[in-house]
Amino acid sequence: MKSLMAMLKRYWGVLRRPSVHYSLGVLTLGGFIAGIIFWGGFNTALEATNTEAFCISCHEMESNVYVEIKDTIHYTNRSGVRATCPDCHVPHEWTDKIARKMQASKEVWGKIFGTINTREKFLEKRRELAEHEWARLKANDSLECRNCHDFDFMDFTRQSPRAAQFHSTALAKGEATCIDCHKGIAHRLPDMQGVPGW
Amino acid sequence: MTFRFLPLSLLAVFGLAVAADVNYPLDAPAPDGRRPGGTITQEFTPPPLRDEENKDLRRERNYPEQPPTIPHAIRGYAVDKNANKCLSCHSREASARTQAPMISITHFGDRDGQVLAAVAPRRYFCTQCHVPQHDAKPLVENQFKNIDDLLYRENPATGKQN
Ligand code: HEC
Ligand code: HEC
Ligand code: HEC
Ligand code: HEC
Ligand code: HEC
Ligand code: HEC
Repeated sequence: MKSLMAMLKRYWGVLRRPSVHYSLGVLTLGGFIAGIIFWGGFNTALEATNTEAFCISCHEMESNVYVEIKDTIHYTNRSGVRATCPDCHVPHEWTDKIARKMQASKEVWGKIFGTINTREKFLEKRRELAEHEWARLKANDSLECRNCHDFDFMDFTRQSPRAAQFHSTALAKGEATCIDCHKGIAHRLPDMQGVPGW
Repeated sequence: MTFRFLPLSLLAVFGLAVAADVNYPLDAPAPDGRRPGGTITQEFTPPPLRDEENKDLRRERNYPEQPPTIPHAIRGYAVDKNANKCLSCHSREASARTQAPMISITHFGDRDGQVLAAVAPRRYFCTQCHVPQHDAKPLVENQFKNIDDLLYRENPATGKQN
């Protein structure tokens, strides 16, 4: 015990002593490089969690929502463009990304406490989870949809008359956003009783 | 003892009779028409899938009681216990906003003729009666004649005058 204290004291001394061998410049540069490495590591970690493989590493995500998306146009289509989970659920802009990731800690909490760890529990909670997503997409004017589907480049003459009619009126005037009309495009819907428009 | 063997021996005789009766090849040719050529077990390349017709033009009905065919695509539309996408456009409340024809009054009546406030349970699953159409050649020719054709054929004189 005594020798351990002595050792710690010695190291503390080394740490406290002003540098003799390295100039201030070198130290600043070192700090700078270390900063870059940490920042990069943070970014890489963020990138790694921004993949579909990561999302479906949790069975809660894989056996409920992932299996459902496989039947939809966002999984297979004639043009072969895939929308993956993070495309629709994690904003692409940096600040938004952090904000969403902070919210995601709630999911880790949910994982630990098993809030949706069975199909029954998931179905029970589905309306609540869906409402969070609807609220988010409503608040950001369906930002994630618009990352791929840009209103400015929609050719109404190429859309079906029904689509063109809605897009050139309610959508163009800003009265409604994508998620108001396109609920349930990627997953099955929860009980829609009382949802406006249903 | 004999009782035990009776059913068995009867079964054997019956089986023999059935086996003896097989004078056609087991892998018979498939009936022409719906699936021309080949035998029943033979696999063909399926014809290409067609898109649902999506022109948004209401089609003529062959008789007044016919459930109209759906003039638009319905891919991915949920119709289940939780949600009914069709009603989000075709219900009474929604039809003004969406300019979709409202489900007719018949859809509100239950089987006792009682008119309900909303769509009757027996009319909830729309695609039981309403189907989209595909731009494909019919597999069998349709010889249906509508009432106007029939009236004309039975009474050409009046038919011509119209
Ligand atoms: C640690 C396992 C785990 C991983 C990995 C995971 N999830 Fe989840 N997710 C959960 C759990 C558990 C919940 C339920 C949280 C609750 O009960 O509120 C959830 C809920 C959600 C919700 C509903 C959100 C809400 O606000 O209620 C969305 C959307 C979602 N996850 C998307 C994703 C996406 C996209 C990814 C990949 C970037 C992902 N999840 C990765 C376990 C996970
Ligand atoms: C990664 C890009 C991407 C994102 C993000 C995305 N989509 Fe799509 N979406 C596509 C592609 C690709 C198609 C299929 C185009 C095709 O081949 O016709 C499609 C098709 C559609 C269709 C047509 C469905 C049909 O049956 O014809 C709708 C509606 C749609 N998306 C709505 C949305 C909504 C709402 C969102 C946001 C929640 C969204 N999309 C997010 C790429 C995306
Ligand atoms: C006011 C309601 C409304 C809004 C808002 C809306 N849509 Fe649509 N959209 C429709 C309808 C109705 C259709 C045609 C029927 C269908 O596909 O379900 C349609 C069809 C589509 C299609 C398929 C095109 C086709 O020719 O069938 C795409 C892609 C699409 N919408 C994307 C979007 C995107 C992206 C947004 C947001 C920028 C959006 N929509 C906002 C009502 C809306
Ligand atoms: C095309 C966009 C899109 C894609 C791709 C997508 N989602 Fe969703 N997701 C949505 C929308 C929109 C909702 C809101 C509920 C609804 O309308 O179905 C939602 C809801 C959810 C919910 C809440 C529960 C529910 O079903 O409503 C979870 C969990 C979820 N998504 C996870 C995922 C995971 C995991 C993936 C990848 C396998 C994924 N999503 C891919 C658009 C998408
Ligand atoms: C986005 C709104 C919308 C949705 C969702 C929708 N429809 Fe329609 N439907 C219309 C409109 C608008 C018309 C009028 C013709 C046209 O524009 O296609 C129509 C026409 C029809 C007609 C023809 C009526 C006639 O008198 O010829 C039928 C049948 C029909 N829809 C059934 C359905 C069924 C079944 C579903 C669900 C699987 C459905 N619709 C979902 C908007 C919708
Ligand atoms: C049991 C069969 C049946 C079911 C189920 C059914 N319909 Fe019909 N539908 C009919 C018949 C038959 C007609 C034509 C005669 C009539 O108006 O009753 C019709 C007519 C219609 C029309 C045309 C109304 C008009 O005034 O032009 C629409 C739109 C329609 N149905 C939509 C729906 C929708 C949406 C659903 C699901 C909620 C549905 N139907 C379920 C049989 C059915």
